[in-house]
Amino acid sequence: MITYATYFAFACFGAALMMNLWRILTSDGVGVRVLALDTMVINTIALLILYGISISSEIFFEAAMIIAMLGFVSTVAYARFMLRGNIIE
Amino acid sequence: MAFAAELLISFFLIVSGIFGFVGSFGLLKLSDPMSRMHAPTKATTLGVGGVLIASILHSVFVDHHLSLHELLITLFLFLTAPVSAHFIAKWHIHRHETPASLPDAGEDGVWATHDIEDDEDVAEMPR
Repeated sequence: MITYATYFAFACFGAALMMNLWRILTSDGVGVRVLALDTMVINTIALLILYGISISSEIFFEAAMIIAMLGFVSTVAYARFMLRGNIIE
Repeated sequence: MAFAAELLISFFLIVSGIFGFVGSFGLLKLSDPMSRMHAPTKATTLGVGGVLIASILHSVFVDHHLSLHELLITLFLFLTAPVSAHFIAKWHIHRHETPASLPDAGEDGVWATHDIEDDEDVAEMPR
């Protein structure tokens, strides 16, 4: 049962990633693109944890943690670039 | 007991999958930038939270050892998602609103996002 529930969650988050990619490609504003990129990072964390569940391994938590940190830092850097025109003044 | 644990883990996995899907579907379907910001920052965060709860339960009931690494990721995501949403909202005020189109800022005159000093080197940016 857990196997099929994991497959379902894999399909949901995979479809979510594709929709985010479509939003990045066809959006009309740079802010919405950054938002879609941030959502892609969060969905990738979910996919990594799901893979860890499906193979009963804990090796992916560190990877998910690093992706979470880098995703937040990159979103803040993008937002700062959109607001101020540069990142480090 | 084992069946109940499997049912609980599967429940959290399916609920989190649905919430993750709804978050990105809202990002795709809603019409203007502020509505689009509303869906992924809340629904997707809840979806990832469900996956992490399912992972904790899986490590307890299936692998028979307690693993709380996931709580770190949950805490980090729940702290950073509102900050990201706040920055996107600031971008929207900065690029798509004027001081006249916003509500009154009270005794400050203008909102802080519009309060740019003249000597700041603000480059012309793409919209």
